[in-house]
Amino acid sequence: MLLVLWASFIGSFGAVFLKAGSGKLHGGIKYLFLNWRLALGVALFLGSSYFFVLGIRQGELSVLYPLVSLSYVWALLWSRIFFKEPFTKRKIYGLLLILIGITFVGLGKR
Amino acid sequence: MEAADTTALPSGKKPMSKNAALGLMLICTVLSAIGQILIKMGANTLGAHASPLAMLSNVPLVAGYGLYGIMTVLFIFALRDQELSILFPIISLSYVWVAGLSVWAFHDHLNAPRVAGIAIIIAGVFVLGKEGHK
Repeated sequence: MLLVLWASFIGSFGAVFLKAGSGKLHGGIKYLFLNWRLALGVALFLGSSYFFVLGIRQGELSVLYPLVSLSYVWALLWSRIFFKEPFTKRKIYGLLLILIGITFVGLGKR
Repeated sequence: MEAADTTALPSGKKPMSKNAALGLMLICTVLSAIGQILIKMGANTLGAHASPLAMLSNVPLVAGYGLYGIMTVLFIFALRDQELSILFPIISLSYVWVAGLSVWAFHDHLNAPRVAGIAIIIAGVFVLGKEGHK
C-alpha cells in the first residue's frame, strides 16, 4: 500500500514537470527531447508505474485503485502552489466524483 | 491527430482553446487505454521471466509503449495552455475505455460496481470539463 501511495506521489510530480516543461516549448518537436523538465516528468511517470506494479502484487485492487488516483489530489495541490491555479468548487466536486468512480471500478475488479 | 499536432506545434503565439485541449485529452485517454490493452496482451504471451530481448521483440508490448509515448506528447501540448488541475484528472477517462475494451479483448465481465464506477467517472470528467468555460 505504501508503494502505491508513493507511486501516486511521484506520478503527480511527473505531471507537474510536464506542465512546467510544456510552457517552455518553442519552435518544434525536437525541443520535446531537449527539455529537461519534460524528460524528468517522463522519468517520474516511469518510476511511478514501476512502484505501482510492485505495489499491486500484494494487496486488494479495490483499495489500491483509489490510492493511485490520489495523484490527482496531489496534482490539484501542486497546481495551486506552483502554477497558481485556483481551487474551485467544480474542480473539487469533479475530482471527488472521479475518486468515487475509480473506487467502484476497483471494487468491481475483485 | 495530425491536425491537432500541427496546430499545436508552432511557436505558441496562438493559445490552444479549451475545447481543443479537452479534445486532445480525449484522444490521449483512448490511446492510453489501447496502450494498456496491448501491454496486457503482450505481457500475457510472455512468461514470468522473459528476457529483455523477448520483451523488445514482442509487438503488442512495444506498440503499447509506443502509444504511451504519443499520448504523453499530446498531453504536453494540451497542458501548455490549460490548467494541470483540470486536465490531469481527465486521464481517468482511460479507466472507462479500458473497462470497455477488456470486455472485448479479454472477455472480462462488467458487473454492477464497475458500471456504476464508469458512470461516476464520466460524470466527474464532465464536471471538470465545464470548469473555466467562458
